[in-house]
Amino acid sequence: MTTSSFTRRAVIGLAAAVGLATPAVADVDFSGKTIEWIIPFSETGGSAKWANFFAPLLSEALPGQPTVVVKFMPGAGSTKGANWFQEQEHDDGTLLFGTSGSTQFPYLLDDPRVRYEYNDWHAVMASGTGGVAYLNAEDGAGFDGSANTLQTIDFIYGSQGATRLDLVPLLAWKMLGMNVEPVFGIKGRGDGRLMFERGEATIDYQTTSGYLGGSLDLVNAGTAVPMMSWGALDADGNIVRDPTFPDIATFKEVCEATDGCETSGDAWEAWKAFFVAGFPVQKLAFLPAGTPQDVIDTYSAAFQAVIERSDFAEISTKRVGKYPVFVGAGTGEALNQATSVPEAAKAFVVNWLKEDYGVELN
Amino acid sequence: MEAFATAATALGDAWGLILQPVVLGYLILGVVMGLAVGVFPGLGGIAGLSLLLPFMFGMDPILGLALMIGMVAVVPTSDTFASVLLGIPGSSASQATVLDGFPMAKNGQAARALSAAFASSLFGGLVGATFLTLFILVARPIVLAFGLPEMLMVTVLGLSMVAILAGRIALKGLAAAALGIMIGTIGEADGGGSLRMATYDIPYLTDGLKLVIVGLGIFAVPEIVALLRRDRSIAKGAKLGAGWMDGARDWFANKWLSVRCSIIGVVIGVIPGLGGSVVDWIAYGHAVQTTKDKSMFGKGEVRGVVGPESSNNAKEGGGLVPTLLFGIPGSGSMAIFIGAVALLGSGDIEVGPGMLKGNLDITYSIVWLLALANVVGTALCIAASGGIARLTTIRFTYLAPFLFMLISFAAFQSGQNFEDLLALFAIGLIGIFLRRFDWSRPAFLIGFVLSNPVETFTNQAFQIASFRFRKSFEEGIEYIFSPIVIVLIVITIVSVFLGVRQAKAIAPEGEVESGSKRAPLIFLLAIAAYLLFAVVNANAIPDYNLTDKIVPLVVGGFALVCCALLLVRMIRRPEGDVIFADKEVAGEDADARYGLWSTLAWFAGLIAATWLVGFIIALVGFLITFFRVRAGATWLQTIVLSAGGIGLMMVMAGALNRDFPPGLLQAAVDLPWPLK
Repeated sequence: MTTSSFTRRAVIGLAAAVGLATPAVADVDFSGKTIEWIIPFSETGGSAKWANFFAPLLSEALPGQPTVVVKFMPGAGSTKGANWFQEQEHDDGTLLFGTSGSTQFPYLLDDPRVRYEYNDWHAVMASGTGGVAYLNAEDGAGFDGSANTLQTIDFIYGSQGATRLDLVPLLAWKMLGMNVEPVFGIKGRGDGRLMFERGEATIDYQTTSGYLGGSLDLVNAGTAVPMMSWGALDADGNIVRDPTFPDIATFKEVCEATDGCETSGDAWEAWKAFFVAGFPVQKLAFLPAGTPQDVIDTYSAAFQAVIERSDFAEISTKRVGKYPVFVGAGTGEALNQATSVPEAAKAFVVNWLKEDYGVELN
Repeated sequence: MEAFATAATALGDAWGLILQPVVLGYLILGVVMGLAVGVFPGLGGIAGLSLLLPFMFGMDPILGLALMIGMVAVVPTSDTFASVLLGIPGSSASQATVLDGFPMAKNGQAARALSAAFASSLFGGLVGATFLTLFILVARPIVLAFGLPEMLMVTVLGLSMVAILAGRIALKGLAAAALGIMIGTIGEADGGGSLRMATYDIPYLTDGLKLVIVGLGIFAVPEIVALLRRDRSIAKGAKLGAGWMDGARDWFANKWLSVRCSIIGVVIGVIPGLGGSVVDWIAYGHAVQTTKDKSMFGKGEVRGVVGPESSNNAKEGGGLVPTLLFGIPGSGSMAIFIGAVALLGSGDIEVGPGMLKGNLDITYSIVWLLALANVVGTALCIAASGGIARLTTIRFTYLAPFLFMLISFAAFQSGQNFEDLLALFAIGLIGIFLRRFDWSRPAFLIGFVLSNPVETFTNQAFQIASFRFRKSFEEGIEYIFSPIVIVLIVITIVSVFLGVRQAKAIAPEGEVESGSKRAPLIFLLAIAAYLLFAVVNANAIPDYNLTDKIVPLVVGGFALVCCALLLVRMIRRPEGDVIFADKEVAGEDADARYGLWSTLAWFAGLIAATWLVGFIIALVGFLITFFRVRAGATWLQTIVLSAGGIGLMMVMAGALNRDFPPGLLQAAVDLPWPLK
């Protein structure tokens, strides 16, 4: 199966599933209970923001209005928390777990530390995001929609690590023929943006919330020039402009305009596969293995109620961007999309990580 | 001028918002909650704020802010209780306070030390807020001027405080600091992800050791064990000498030191990425350098309390700058704070550059709510300090089991692993021996705290510098030797020069007698063996991940050279030389009623029982056995005290939604909380 047909199939399922609600018929009641939502990252990251955004809404929507507390279990780039969650069994439905792209990628790349299996868990909600890459004012002045003028410039980029979500921008820049040197050891994308603002890094990327929250001001002030967004997927699995950034060209468009960059072949398929796994479905909420259907349905209905709130569009746009939130049956497709990449794409990425960054995954 | 006019209006609006009875009510509520959480070492603002989060959604912004800020602001104030009275550093903000605060408590001056600390905290918080009100308007370009070379130099300045705290034998202090750095490199490297002194088979080690555990292990465990062996009260003779008025007078006598340290606190707090870890050490170093008679430092010098305490509340204000202006949290609690701000009201307030434009009134409200919370919190703390200081007159055997309970719980909160307790015990053992053989524990801790910043900033600054040099030589030089870097280099050199001259007068471990060669020599060889192993281990990292091995190799090599020189000196010097300092030879430890190992066995027993049956059940057994056997209490006393301890533990953990360390029993059987 090629990546594109694979993606298309997944996306058709997704599109059909968005907005489909599973009506709650269960009589699960959480009165007086405390739901613990475990996030395998520290308090400072995007996942914390995401869970803290949904937690009070979920609390209102669940039967019995339980308290929903977000707990953090950081370690080994989320592998520790996910390995822990793998060992948990259904008890009384008060345990929820959140994952992010950084949990998905090691799983996809067969990292030997991964002892968790997504398919054992029950996804009850998923949401996506986008990303925008931008240049400093000086180098960006000559940017004409293609990377041709950028290929002779040396860039420096503050990175969290090549095997994390940074894989997507790093591979994109490489395909464009740009020379981007990553400085590893950044603790979060906010630190990367600060490095860019100080002029130490000369290129940067942020996910949607980070871009809207900080980088947009730089663009408006003329100190940063947006280069490209990763785009979004349409119903057929094609990459189209990100609805949050309709004026910013996608990587696909920039690649097509750039000499030597191709939107077909191994590199493209690999990039697309990891983009699809990391962005359109980036964060998922899970119940542990062995959860009975009535509890799953209760959570699905609660999340459905959350996204049906009349003010949801308004309050979520700022924090999670204009992206679909998958609930009910849709989460199954979303999970499938986030946790499978074709073998060829995996092999390409593993080889590239080894050649360019000396990363051994076994 | 126009900017200042706008600012003045916003400041007026902010005070209008703050000075409403309901806002002040929420602030006081937050302060009281913060004090309750803060006296527990290791919990701090993160636990408290997480608890408040669910209520923030849709709350009136100013009320939510008052509640949260009230809680966050008082944590660095209230953790002073544990550090002064019990020698337990509750957070990184109170580590330097332990150095002189705890000896003061031992001299029966607990109330004086506490009120000096609180007066300094209060004043520091107010100076910080005043400074910040003006500074925040121009802060952005200044914060951006602090690039990686500048941050590296601030870190180096922090490290240079080792020179002052190295103790009587400078080589020992240097080796202790280097050992701290090496212990700090344990785990997965930030740069390339290589493992140092760790394996994926023991996942616990791959994340490295947490500051809370190392702080408790290095300072709290050795002191608890030493006091327990002596079986008397913390304050000699169980008497309280000076009262809280004396402390306030001490602060007033040192008000200029307090002003300077407050400014140091705000300025360093403003730099993102360093957090507060270096502030109190730099303030302590400054206090030492500006004191004429240095003989009392480490033995109960009140200036050693005033300095760091003035800086650590001011630092909280400074830390608001990166948090509010850049959306980059300086600490875990600030991260939750950012998340919570987004939940307030209709979500209009988004931390970031916009805080100065549309929301300047909110920004000022935050700054001054913080200051006001400090005032309220400090007043409450001072009011309580006279009573709480009596803790130091209780026979220590009755306190010790509760302290073992508290530090175990605090250690577990840092990582939620049973291994946290083992790590606490292991580091505690290192702390006990560092103390015994007069190796500077503050130097070790400074090394540990700054290990990660040193490594990260060095590697990143090196990479960017070489990138600039490839463009042109001038650009590279300009990058590395910016005016700020040059100023920091000068300050560092002066401070090291002064420090080396003064170090001999300051005994961070107090007076220590010297004895035979054997024990100190064995300890030296054990440390050298660990260092050698760590260096060999780091050397095995492949060369393409040079960034992951360079710091362990260089620092480890340096430490080994120190050890070799010490070894030569030990062989040459006669027995009884100052280099053979050993607390077991003479003095309080040697005359103690109980031996080291039998005392430590109690703590080991608690940990072993936790491994079997989980924390709460183990604690029941531990408390009852301890009170009956070691303390010789009656059954009635035993039961009342044990029930009190367990009750306190459960109320705190229950209210804050915390778990206890589970054991084998919990793995086999499903038990309800708190037994689970």
